[in-house]
Amino acid sequence: MLGRLSWAAIPTNEPLPLISGAVVGLVILAVLLLITVKGWWPYLWREWITSVDHKRIGVMYTVLGLVMLVRGYSDAIMMRTQQAIAIGDAQGYLPPEHYDQIFSAHGTIMIFFVAMPLVIGLMNFAVPLQLGVRDVAFPVLNSVSFWLTATGALLINMSLVIGNFARTGWMGYPPLSELAFSPDVGVDYYLWSLQISSVGTLLTGINFVTTILKLRAPGMLYMRMPVFCWTALCANMLIVAAFPILTATFVMLLLDRYLGMHFFTNDVGGNQMMYVNLFWAWGHPEVYILILPAFGIYSEIVPTFSGKGLFSYRSMVLATLGICVLSFMVWLHHFFTMGAGADVNSFFGIMSSIIAVPTGVKVFNWLFTMFRGRIVFTTPMLFSVGFIVTFVIGGLTGVLLAVPPVDFVVHNSAFLVAHFHNVIIGGVVFGALAGVNYWFPKAFGFKLDERWGHASFWCWLIGFYLAFMPLYWLGLLGMTRRLEHIPDPAWRPMLLVAEAGAIIIFVAILCQVAQLYVSIRTRDQRRDLTGDPWNGRTLEWSTTSPPPAYNFAVLPKVETIDAFWHMKHAGRAAPPPVYEAIEMPHNSPAGFITAFFATIMGFSLIWHIWWLAILGFVAAVFVVLIAGWSIERDEAIPAAELAQLERGG
Amino acid sequence: MRGAAVLPQRSGYARLLRWPAIGAATLLTSCAPAGILDPQGPIAAAERLLLINSTAIMLVVVVPVILATLGCAWWYRASNPHASRSADESYEGRVEFVVWSIPALTVILLGGVIWIGSHQLDPRAPIAGTSDPLRVDVVALDWKWLFIYPDKGVAAVNQLVIPAGTPIQFRLTSATVMNSFFVPQLGSQIYAMGGMTTHLNLMADRPGEFPGFSANYSGAGFPWMRFVVKSVPSGDFYAWVDQARSSGSALDDAGYAALAKPSRDVPPATYRADSDLFQRVVDQTAAGSGKANADVTPPMHHTGG
Amino acid sequence: MTIATTLERTEVPTELARGRGGGGPAPKRVVVAYGFWIFILSDMIMFSALFAAYAVLHGNTAGGPSGADLFNMRSVFIETMCLLLSSYTCGLGVLSAERGQPALFLVFAVLTFTLGAAFLFIEINEFAGMIAKGAGPSRSGFLSSFFTLVGMHGLHVASGLIALIYLVAQVLVQGLRAAVLRRLLCWSLFWHALDIVWVGVFTLVYLMGVYH
Repeated sequence: MLGRLSWAAIPTNEPLPLISGAVVGLVILAVLLLITVKGWWPYLWREWITSVDHKRIGVMYTVLGLVMLVRGYSDAIMMRTQQAIAIGDAQGYLPPEHYDQIFSAHGTIMIFFVAMPLVIGLMNFAVPLQLGVRDVAFPVLNSVSFWLTATGALLINMSLVIGNFARTGWMGYPPLSELAFSPDVGVDYYLWSLQISSVGTLLTGINFVTTILKLRAPGMLYMRMPVFCWTALCANMLIVAAFPILTATFVMLLLDRYLGMHFFTNDVGGNQMMYVNLFWAWGHPEVYILILPAFGIYSEIVPTFSGKGLFSYRSMVLATLGICVLSFMVWLHHFFTMGAGADVNSFFGIMSSIIAVPTGVKVFNWLFTMFRGRIVFTTPMLFSVGFIVTFVIGGLTGVLLAVPPVDFVVHNSAFLVAHFHNVIIGGVVFGALAGVNYWFPKAFGFKLDERWGHASFWCWLIGFYLAFMPLYWLGLLGMTRRLEHIPDPAWRPMLLVAEAGAIIIFVAILCQVAQLYVSIRTRDQRRDLTGDPWNGRTLEWSTTSPPPAYNFAVLPKVETIDAFWHMKHAGRAAPPPVYEAIEMPHNSPAGFITAFFATIMGFSLIWHIWWLAILGFVAAVFVVLIAGWSIERDEAIPAAELAQLERGG
Repeated sequence: MRGAAVLPQRSGYARLLRWPAIGAATLLTSCAPAGILDPQGPIAAAERLLLINSTAIMLVVVVPVILATLGCAWWYRASNPHASRSADESYEGRVEFVVWSIPALTVILLGGVIWIGSHQLDPRAPIAGTSDPLRVDVVALDWKWLFIYPDKGVAAVNQLVIPAGTPIQFRLTSATVMNSFFVPQLGSQIYAMGGMTTHLNLMADRPGEFPGFSANYSGAGFPWMRFVVKSVPSGDFYAWVDQARSSGSALDDAGYAALAKPSRDVPPATYRADSDLFQRVVDQTAAGSGKANADVTPPMHHTGG
Repeated sequence: MTIATTLERTEVPTELARGRGGGGPAPKRVVVAYGFWIFILSDMIMFSALFAAYAVLHGNTAGGPSGADLFNMRSVFIETMCLLLSSYTCGLGVLSAERGQPALFLVFAVLTFTLGAAFLFIEINEFAGMIAKGAGPSRSGFLSSFFTLVGMHGLHVASGLIALIYLVAQVLVQGLRAAVLRRLLCWSLFWHALDIVWVGVFTLVYLMGVYH
């Protein structure tokens, strides 16, 4: 009846997952209770859960990412602590069975449920506003995307208390991830939570490519789009091109595990090298999916806070497109040591270093933007300058890793771990935090506290360097990654410095929480009354803060790059707007309910509860069909009502 | 009195500086070159040289960029009255050309380094200027390493004894999941995969003991997949081979099946072994290889069913 | 003083800028079809990954039967004809729908469904026969990749047939309105794309497997 689920799935004799699960459960319960007592359910259902508004969905994605950052961080501090303690004869406090789940969960959560939601959330919020339109091409699909991502996050967190997570690392290489070597539910949790959320992500890719290419304000030629929209376009094209590869790869691994097939097994004709190739054919574009929107965010922030237009818009666009295309030609650099031979290795090594060229061009363009500007050091600008310095170091080590014989001695070492954290934290996390600080006033109508923002920046910067610079050195000394026990006591001082850095990052996260709390409490003193708190250049700053649901009562007519800047400095008063009736989509519960059934389906598949899995799947399909039946999706806002809303009525 | 007034201050500073000084000294003990920064063979030495050269090439660009970033950020801050400002840069083709050229030239240079280096240090290629390699077959097990000397009829677990100055020609496979054979002081690592053979060529220049391990996570016993490479004078090597042949137990089917069972922290041991054992492991016809054993995963405390 | 260059400040009036994307948001029909094209593109990439897996694994028969031993080219030919014909009837159906001829559309929809169902029936029989002979997907890497590639295509065909029933119901209830026509267009794109994938399967899997 219940497949392989039983009471034994709950870790009653493992204090760590039990206690952390209990704490998380209690927090969730407390939040639900608070909402119920305060009577907020109708508001939440109407304004957020069933919302198809890109601004609301963007905020929800960002909140998901920030909350999961705390979960991913707690995995990190547990690993750092274990590695600081379990040296030589000491065994530490985490047995391998747990440590191995923790590093697998850490990577999976940080990539799929922190970095992706943060980046997608910011794109959701800002891109339609920057394009001068009212929403994305497929608003209901947008809601489905978000809720399916949330399903994935929920499933992975359930593995903490019901069953266990994969012990394979976040890449899930076979044959370790095959049934023969991982017979329990861990890898199934990994596969299903990622398969389900990947459907959501693919839908986002389709949505945004269509939006950016087919829905822009009148006059917004391709070469008048903000750079953030260009990077969003390229990132979403990468999503459309790369995520199906991951879907297919996971289908194959699932078939191996569920139906005894032999795609990647050690025997009967399986080929584990094929998994590695397919996985990284997705995996490398994935990291560019993460970094390109971050580059776009910096390309908005640096000009705004330098008071100067972006240097050489055209080469920024060219560089972005170049990175987009090249990202598909480098995947083998993730496994130079698999033995492909010198010709193949050097081809991919050369391609990997070529991709440093457009990235370098971007860095120079940002520098030239700052040159002779008037730089104001707001929190977003601090993160941007910190990013340039930090990312360049990460890029250097990346190009080092692109030299195959060098990679032969640092592959899978702490050096590699330091490199990718260098570029992801220095690039993606800093970009996401900069973007959150930058667009927060637009989303909520008041600015975030600058002092706590500065504090969180400095703690992130110092914490990052202390946590990861020692890892570069340790990698050179011979420390490999994923060690639950450290063999060489000489590494202890470096590991303690890394631990200190991790603690300072915790302080940074606390500063962000403080920033939110203080900002909300003193929000009346920092209201954004003009809609343009930073003297911005792009169209989102031409709306009120927060914008009305329809963003623009009349779509702006765009004549240049940095359309809003030129409107501000045009010198002539804008003609009085002529209102026409507009159509806005209804809210829809389809996203939430589909995800609800997807969660049931996923959980049942993991535990082999076949009847419930079929039920969940059929129900999800039914929801889609029912939601799709009505073709009257929009409601009209007549011109008179529009005029009244715009006047502030 | 003056002395008394001055003394407490000085010892106060001294006390303050004591901890950073101790910290720095402790950190410095971690800084002694080891691992790949302490090469003991020609492959490792060449790879370290490549690492240093590539880093130097890139630092030429990276250091000025970092300094320019910090300098620009500081000099052009809004509160600086001396900085010259401009509203928008007009398009400058010359600047554009330089901006693309600097990374492009660096990358072209690196491209040459990559091509030449990859071919010179191809793991399959015999070590330049040497001949008559010693053949060693490597089998990754859960969670230990088996080294078979097919031409000598001996094998060893978690211990690789080699003659100094002789090139070693490795064939590698795994009896279980993907592992990576790595001895940092000797150079390149290479994956060891089930049902497949990879190839590696390394050499130790002089006698010494070098740590080796698996560089690809392979399960619960992974941190204990450590072995020692003992590079010894060739006389000592042949003596060791003779001793292993005469005193080691036989690694027959039963012996191999027992060895293949999951275990960790296995102390070094020697065996007599058949020269075709490696091929049988690759073909998955040796007892217990290629497929998992029933008790391969550690006891689970919370699984259903 | 702003000195924007001619490159950045073009004076093209927006009404004339349509071809370069300056015409404002595209109409719904264009947006929906474009989005669906992008979806089909992503589906093609997923199939490419499965084709790649087949290319790598097709020789890994693990001592078991190969394609030449198993494929019945006569039934493969018949099912191919069924599918190709169904694309033809699908095209005729969409044309009828766009000309506002619901009855004719229904005729072609039924024909398309029948031909698609015939394809599936033949394919399921082929699979059942292979499994009965002990050549199921768990027999070897080759068979795993064969069953998955061809089976994934079959699953898409089955989903398409279910969607066709749904759309026919919509036409019956709501008539050939603009929104329904948009969906029919998308469905036909999907059906034709499956045809293209099948041409790939037929060539790379069956023809090359048997006559290699």
